[in-house]
Amino acid sequence: MVMAQPEVMDAPDLRTLSVAESIAHLKEKFPDAISNDTREGYSGVIVDKQKLVEVAQYVKETLGYDYLSSATAVDYLGEGNHSTDHLEMVYHTYRTTGGTALVMKAQTDRETAELPSLVPVWRGADFQEREAWDLYGIKFAGHPNLQRILMWEGFHGHPMRKDWKEAYYEEETKPFGSRWPGGHVHRAEEKTIFGSNVKYPADLDLGRLADISDDQLYQGFGMGVDTHQMIDHNGMETDLLVVNMGPHHPSTHGVFRMVIKLDGETITQLEPVMGYLHRNHEKIGERNTYLHNIPFTDRLDYISSMGNNHGYVLAVEKLMALGKKYEPPTYRAEVIRVLMVELTRIVNHLWAIGFWMNDLGAFFTPVLYFIQERERILDFFEATAGSRMMCNYMRFGGVFQDIPERMHSAMNLINDRVRDTDSMKFLTEMINERIPRTIDELDEYLTNSEIVKTRSIGVGYISPENAINYSAAGPLLRGSGVAYDIRKAEPYSIYPELDFDVAVEPAGDMYARYLVRLNEMRESVRILKQLLPRLEYTKGQPVSDNNMAYSGKVPLGESYGRVENGKGELGYYVVSAGDKKSTANAWRYHVRAPSFINLTPLGLMCQGGKVADIVAILGSIDIVLGETDR
Amino acid sequence: MNGSGFIKGMFVTLRHFVNSYVDDVRYGFRKFSPQVDNFELRQGTQAEGVFTVQYPDEKVAVPERFRFVPFLVVNNFDHASDPGKDWCTSCGICAKVCPPQCIWIVRSEDPTTGRPVPEPEAFFIDIDICMNCGFCAEFCPFDAIKMDHDYELASFDRTNNHVFDKPKLSKEMRYWKSIAPTRAVEEMQVRGGWEHKDAQKAERRGGAVRGKPEAAAPATAAVAEDASKEAKREAVRARKAEAEAAPAPVAEATPAADGGSGAKPWTASHDENEKRKAAALARKAARAAKRGEG
Repeated sequence: MVMAQPEVMDAPDLRTLSVAESIAHLKEKFPDAISNDTREGYSGVIVDKQKLVEVAQYVKETLGYDYLSSATAVDYLGEGNHSTDHLEMVYHTYRTTGGTALVMKAQTDRETAELPSLVPVWRGADFQEREAWDLYGIKFAGHPNLQRILMWEGFHGHPMRKDWKEAYYEEETKPFGSRWPGGHVHRAEEKTIFGSNVKYPADLDLGRLADISDDQLYQGFGMGVDTHQMIDHNGMETDLLVVNMGPHHPSTHGVFRMVIKLDGETITQLEPVMGYLHRNHEKIGERNTYLHNIPFTDRLDYISSMGNNHGYVLAVEKLMALGKKYEPPTYRAEVIRVLMVELTRIVNHLWAIGFWMNDLGAFFTPVLYFIQERERILDFFEATAGSRMMCNYMRFGGVFQDIPERMHSAMNLINDRVRDTDSMKFLTEMINERIPRTIDELDEYLTNSEIVKTRSIGVGYISPENAINYSAAGPLLRGSGVAYDIRKAEPYSIYPELDFDVAVEPAGDMYARYLVRLNEMRESVRILKQLLPRLEYTKGQPVSDNNMAYSGKVPLGESYGRVENGKGELGYYVVSAGDKKSTANAWRYHVRAPSFINLTPLGLMCQGGKVADIVAILGSIDIVLGETDR
Repeated sequence: MNGSGFIKGMFVTLRHFVNSYVDDVRYGFRKFSPQVDNFELRQGTQAEGVFTVQYPDEKVAVPERFRFVPFLVVNNFDHASDPGKDWCTSCGICAKVCPPQCIWIVRSEDPTTGRPVPEPEAFFIDIDICMNCGFCAEFCPFDAIKMDHDYELASFDRTNNHVFDKPKLSKEMRYWKSIAPTRAVEEMQVRGGWEHKDAQKAERRGGAVRGKPEAAAPATAAVAEDASKEAKREAVRARKAEAEAAPAPVAEATPAADGGSGAKPWTASHDENEKRKAAALARKAARAAKRGEG
């Protein structure tokens, strides 16, 4: 910080440069390290890997791109438009004051696969680089703890590489030829799991195979498996105890594990361990066509599937807009999208606060009160999209179908409990009466409760500098006083014309995050109220220009679509590449998962706290393991 | 006062507690009686308190757009001409658009010519893999595959029961009308009638393809299906034989007689065809000449 001080003095103009100006400035500053990314449909700069840390430091400190949103790898193996096979790290950096991304890329060949680590610059790169090492095998020189993060230690190979084939591998891309016209069914289990693609390392001795992954894991964290003897401040001989919490602990909201080093009841170190729900969503996404992916995104953060859809379709729409045949969504489609996304945000926050109360010990009474409202919102999703949670509602250039006239169910022999409600009446009553009433009740119920306050004020603190540095997003970031909301910072859809405020609290503790969620729900209701007249006004407009037939193609290029989801910044990095003019399958499909990256500062937030607070701090981050592990 | 916030919160709990009995009183403790038509009210936006449903004694009827595992639409089993006929033409779009690739289709082929017949020979859906996204129904150009509302599919033996074949998947058109009346009507309007798109086209063309209406409804659907299929195959075979038996010169000899009935639009004008043929031959000759020069 001291070093950066003089630069800050003469830098204010540099911190307001546009992205193009920033790139020009960078090229002046580092003439031999920076080159434009001239590939078709690509943007940003390619940085020489020798100078990567220096450039990143400069970009962060001097140019003011202080927020590393996403860092991910791409494997260009046998990709026709680029002469050589290589691995590439892509960094999306933003200013927390708003604006578009400065994209940096660093390339390395596939054999040595080594790049300098950016963890010294942005701590938020920690988990993301570990993921890139795990899935792509890029070694990051200088990373403090370069271990596998989603796969287990001892796993052989790097699954996201283009030449790695998964179990039950059938074909490079969908649709598979075996399904039609000669689709004689077989069950996947009846086949050999690995077929011909099982590979063992050359030095593997199957007879002496033992599970050493946990030892390696502890060593990586700098923890002993057994207790450490130490002398405490009173001169007493005491033990440091390593405790595993999870993956099957009910309060971890799924299968999440924390390795905790304890001094008595005080946490001296906490390291998250994840990947128990890992299914390589991104590999599946690269086998899928663009359209196939939409329902898969539902399964990421399954509490807010509408938001997941939205981010993904935005990313692909950006790519499609590069081509000629593309109709942007109609105004009504945008209104419906925002309606759905804001309802989802309310659902998400009700759920988050409710289960956070569970974690605090208010077992299931508050959460069930909030779920009542959630149920009614899901009723609306079910009548509109067809499913309560796995909505699969958005399409490229619109949505699946318009809101139905009536939320209608037909009577049949078994089900006589039917409903027939006017959708708009239902929505109006929900938005004007029920949801605000529930939020007020929640406020009355919890905000001034002494128990909630005593448990949460001052616990799980993270400073604004750290929140930015650790790439925290969503309520975690705004609860630390950083007013960064993508709906304002880089507006998408119809958010620019809507009147709402960014909910922000300066305290940085659990209680601040709770207040942010509460206020954000109020802001969402404010947005929803503005949407109602828009819905009436646009009635009858088409909502879906089916841009993509069942086998649509997307022009070449890269895009990063991000939305402010309930849990934080949800970004999709989609690359369309290949030796053709357009592609049917994504070359690279990456999810910048807020639940995953928000765990980076978990250890920091828990340090010095008590064991009993871990659960509540985790609850206040609000994670969903479907998204964390992907 | 310390503790006042907490006590205020407890009043919320108390209110909820009391509210959970309001409905009981309102409906005279007959809340769950099937005779009391209060369901919409209990589940509506004005309801207070508990609104859970006593599953499986009472079940919420799912909305029309609800989707759970696809089924195949077939003609009603008492259909006048083609009872139980598949609407599916085995075009394969659903199999291609299926994200988890759980649809398997064997396309029918004409036994004599080997050319595809617009009808699936076999159709499988592995419901363990199906993710209920509804793309198959959304992208089907023939309204032949629809998402079902029957969500109680649990079974004790997943290895044998969870790959649905065509007989298990096929449901009558009237079933679709019963579970999704609004949408069925909307689709009918787009299609232009309650019949299958191709059937309507054939109807307009003069009913050549689909065979004659049968007088009596057949005994069982399966027999009907077989019969209709057999009849269709017979028709295809007959057409094929006709085409083989009648090469070009014969066709030339009978334009007047055929033209009178006007059965096929593309044989409407023999002269036109001849002219086109002559022009094509001339073009071909010109090209050949040009190539010779080059």
